[in-house]
Amino acid sequence: MSPRRHRRVAAKGQAQALVFAALGDATRLALVAKLSTGEPRSISQLTLGFRLTRQAITKHLRVLESAGIVRNAHAGRESLFEVDREPIVAAREYLAHVSQQWDQALSRLKTFVEE
Amino acid sequence: MNMVSDRIEKRIELKAPISRVWRALTDYREFGEWFQVKIDGPFVPGQFSRGSITYPGYEHVRWEAVIEKMEPEQLFSFTWGHPKSIDKTSYWPDSSNLPTTLVEFRLEKTPTGTLLMLSESGFDKLPDDLRLEAFRRNEGGWTEQMKNIESHVTQKA
Repeated sequence: MSPRRHRRVAAKGQAQALVFAALGDATRLALVAKLSTGEPRSISQLTLGFRLTRQAITKHLRVLESAGIVRNAHAGRESLFEVDREPIVAAREYLAHVSQQWDQALSRLKTFVEE
Repeated sequence: MNMVSDRIEKRIELKAPISRVWRALTDYREFGEWFQVKIDGPFVPGQFSRGSITYPGYEHVRWEAVIEKMEPEQLFSFTWGHPKSIDKTSYWPDSSNLPTTLVEFRLEKTPTGTLLMLSESGFDKLPDDLRLEAFRRNEGGWTEQMKNIESHVTQKA
């Protein structure tokens, strides 16, 4: 692997690892759910419905942003957030892959103990 | 279901007595039969278990785990490393640096046999290019899988 490609791959992998940590929180999951319609929303809009301050919500959004789950887009003076699906898909892929391997192993186990 | 979970959970009904299933899980030779790995010696809690994969095409890949718990007919668990690469050219069994996940098998007696509950957790700790590597080596089935994932994410999200 070329050093350049290696860096790119490693950086991407690191980002994917962050996704799991970032989504391991009820508030952040709820924020992603809110944003998942695809429409960018302001921090005020996102704070609605939470018993949390705007500052607390902003903090959560920054965590999601650093994991690459949401993007910050500016519209005039307002700061808008929107969801970026790619890392979520990548993290799911890996779990789906391991999950599929377990399905195969357990099916071999089943044959093994039932015969 | 959460959008992204850090664990895998499976339940499977086996038409075999719990003692039979326990043996298939914890006897290293029997485990090797269905898991497709040749293991060097018996499982001992707190100790490494080493061997090599026997699944065709993956024979150069080492099996390495630390056996955690063996509570007879109830719980068998181990942690194991996710190799950085399973390419013949780039694979090196540097176990000490491998990130690990925890695998737990729990057993319950049922009227018809045994309920086996498997979980693997700790995926949030896996760093670097592991996931991409896995993705790359499993390219074939992924086009389909990608569609499933995509539609799942789109629906749920």
